[in-house]
Amino acid sequence: MKLAYWMYAGPAHIGTLRIASSFKNVHAIMHAPLGDDYFNVMRSMLERKRDFTAVTASVVDRHVLARGSQEKVVNNISRKDKEEKPDLVVLTPTCTSSILQEDLQNFVNRASIETQADVLLADVNHYRVNEMQAADRTLEQIVQFYIKKAQKIKQLDTTKTIEPSVNIIGSFNLAFHNQHDIAELKRLMSDLNIKINSIIPEGASVQELKNLPKAWFNIIPYREIGLLTAEYLKDEFDMPFIDTTPMGVVETANCIRKIQYILNDNNADVNFEKYIDIQTRFVSQSAWFSRSIDCQNLTGKKAIVFGDSTHAAAMTKILTKEMGINVVWAGTYCKYDKSWFEKEVGDLCDEIVITDDHNLIGDLIAKVEPAVIFGTQMERHVAKRLNIPCGVISAPVHIQNFPLSYRPFLGYEGANQIADLIYNSFTLGMEDHLLEIFGGHDTKEVLSAGLSVTSEDSEIKWNLESQAELTKIPGFIRGKIKRNTEKFAQEQKMETITLEIMYAAKEAAA
Amino acid sequence: MNQIKHVDNNDLKEKINFECETGNYHTFCPISCVAWLYQKIEDSFFLVIGTKTCGYFLQNALGVMIFAEPRYAMAELEEGDISAQLSDYEELKRLCLQVKRDRNPSVIFWIGTCTTEIIKMDLEGIAPKLEAEISLPIVVARANGLDYAFTQGEDTVLAALAQRPNAKQLETPLEKAIPTDKDYIEHVPLILFGSIPDPVVNQLTLELKKQGIRVSGWLPSKRYTELPLINEGNYVCGVNPYLSRTATTLMRRRKCKLIGAPFPIGPDGTRAWLEKICTVFSIEPKGLQQREDEIWEKLKYYVSLIDGKSVFFMGDNLLEISLARFLIRSGMIVFEIGIPYMDKRYQGAELQLLQKTCKEKNIPIPIIIEKPDNYNQVDRIRDMKPDLVITGMAHANPLEARGINTKWSVEFTFAQIHGFTNAIEVLELVTRPLRRNQKLEKIGSQRYTDRR
Repeated sequence: MKLAYWMYAGPAHIGTLRIASSFKNVHAIMHAPLGDDYFNVMRSMLERKRDFTAVTASVVDRHVLARGSQEKVVNNISRKDKEEKPDLVVLTPTCTSSILQEDLQNFVNRASIETQADVLLADVNHYRVNEMQAADRTLEQIVQFYIKKAQKIKQLDTTKTIEPSVNIIGSFNLAFHNQHDIAELKRLMSDLNIKINSIIPEGASVQELKNLPKAWFNIIPYREIGLLTAEYLKDEFDMPFIDTTPMGVVETANCIRKIQYILNDNNADVNFEKYIDIQTRFVSQSAWFSRSIDCQNLTGKKAIVFGDSTHAAAMTKILTKEMGINVVWAGTYCKYDKSWFEKEVGDLCDEIVITDDHNLIGDLIAKVEPAVIFGTQMERHVAKRLNIPCGVISAPVHIQNFPLSYRPFLGYEGANQIADLIYNSFTLGMEDHLLEIFGGHDTKEVLSAGLSVTSEDSEIKWNLESQAELTKIPGFIRGKIKRNTEKFAQEQKMETITLEIMYAAKEAAA
Repeated sequence: MNQIKHVDNNDLKEKINFECETGNYHTFCPISCVAWLYQKIEDSFFLVIGTKTCGYFLQNALGVMIFAEPRYAMAELEEGDISAQLSDYEELKRLCLQVKRDRNPSVIFWIGTCTTEIIKMDLEGIAPKLEAEISLPIVVARANGLDYAFTQGEDTVLAALAQRPNAKQLETPLEKAIPTDKDYIEHVPLILFGSIPDPVVNQLTLELKKQGIRVSGWLPSKRYTELPLINEGNYVCGVNPYLSRTATTLMRRRKCKLIGAPFPIGPDGTRAWLEKICTVFSIEPKGLQQREDEIWEKLKYYVSLIDGKSVFFMGDNLLEISLARFLIRSGMIVFEIGIPYMDKRYQGAELQLLQKTCKEKNIPIPIIIEKPDNYNQVDRIRDMKPDLVITGMAHANPLEARGINTKWSVEFTFAQIHGFTNAIEVLELVTRPLRRNQKLEKIGSQRYTDRR
């Protein structure tokens, strides 16, 4: 047992559901107790999705516990098949179902005899993998299933497209600024004259998966989810893939050069150097920004970085190589990806931290006292407590990490966004610091004269109970309530305010 | 799969139709009760013994609260715990000692989950031994999704609390609280149960005081160390509709007498609740008619917004019957009352008031659907096109995108809705989508999706 208050990565089934519900017309059925369909709330709330989340539960209750699911799961699968006519139903095990050890594969086999839809059992072990690993695995599983299916009925066409083309493997729901990142990648590909063959899984139909081998290569923007699929396609069809995340101008250039290499390997004869140069110097602002005087002031400032391995590594590279900032330590909660992370940023920071214990991270931040933190929502809260500025660069996320406006992290526009994020975090920190030195805003007196909060000269007394009650009212409306109550008491010619009078005043004011 | 049953209650002259669907509905897991209970019981610590799934739910559902050094945590089960390679006793002891050292609570609540049920972890057996060993009370509640929905979590915790024997009669004489007070009449002690915020506790206590009735204690109290003395023959009365286990426990285990009353939600409910309690103590209620009228007068504006409008409860928190009854009294037409679980005995008085209200407003009694099926319900919503759907967050945005007004049901659980004073809060919530839409009329179409 482990005492845990908070976790960076969710349980395995969340990863499976994220993949299933990203595809178009795929329905997931969770084998889970009542209340485990919280995923639907997250998708509907965080992403503000307009459509019903294609996830239902085959509820595990006392009866199931006593006598097994029997026909229940099979019935639920065929019911959804009739109601929604999905292309694929993914039966999703949860922590509960994995200890029940029912033969879910058997249910899948039986159900798929009756259903129009294909039926798959997500192959994830709840106690061994987390959300990202499960998502990675599920995506591979679905892709593999449809490739094999096409092979079987001899419909798999592996001829490459005439023009250079790419599959982008890495668009998901509930991912960090993902929608914007994908738009930016599409723009980049169109600049490079590369056709998009497929973008999976978000918005894609499972029917188009058999076309994946037609692309010249694959791009995996985030290494947490998609690598397994890319490796599978490499093994099966010898498709090259690029797992360099185009985040920051340097890495974007690296990514483009790799694309160039792959295309030329296939006799496309392209040279992107000029494009990179123009983008870096004139189109994107961030490289020039790094040279500007403002950015000079950031040289050698202490920062710490924490997040998933993709974002934490990319951010560390940007801070050190593009801004001259001193990253004291960089870390990730993707423990299973330790060696990659160490290889990527080992020589860019003083120390590497691999942990999923947020308390440890909090302590380490407090010890280092960095000028700025780049981390997840959890680090943002630590930062608030320690009064250190913080920029959020990675999941886990809140609703404010699903902005309406265009905010990519990838590509050249992404580099601009990140430069703003970094610079704004620091200026705020500087301003705070200056304010402290000079003892705060000198306009304090003037301000408080305008923001009258309490009338100190009030004649009316508050008895102990009502005073205690008053302190429970949130600060920002307490003044108003106090005034209203006193006014009410004056009107009623009361001299002492009691609890009764407080409530009566509240009712009168309504 | 649907069954229609009739309830035979002699007092219900007209029969209410109860239906039971498939139980495929969205609700919060009952462990969510730690969110409000740890804030209510100030010296407590809640340890949820479960998996990452439970933790992920709590962390996401409770949002910001998680960062405020909450007095709750997960005892996260690992593979070794599931396969019984580790001793439950030793593991729990280690964690509880850590909690005791770091937080020094007066009580630790163990919240059992689906996993502890399935692997049959004997929490009730371990607790007394460990309690003695670490000298800290441990209360065990099985608030799991196999058996319960959302607010029923509180019921399991309060039922467990109700079973705790009275603390040894403390040296401090209780008499000091019972002065020769002219404000109160003499009556058998009355204990109210249900977790509500302290201001609402004060409000309801004062309402009873006006009738000369003294509330001897609340279950739960602000602190674990202040739990009320519960003695045989005491009267108890619930303030929330989802506390049937607690009621049963108080009656059977503590030999208390239950006052079956409608719940103090809405001015009509509050008045009926007070009147019922008065009747039990043979008191002629004073000034209630006037008090209720005054409140209705203040609700006029809100009532005018919803009068004649229709509402559909998808059902997830068991407050549905009381809310529907209040809304019918306010002039709304209720199409369907979905509810996770319906205890017809514990909610008997509330059902009667619902029936009476419908009769007086001259509208048919809405159908009550236990264990609803959300998919079927959305179909019915499409057919009926209600003016308002009260639903969970999983369905709210998709329904809004289809031009159907929604109100999140969870807000009714977290807002202050009890008593005369807070009736307005309920209507604030109910009318918010309607008021919002009045303001947005200029934005054009109400439909934001082409899908079904």
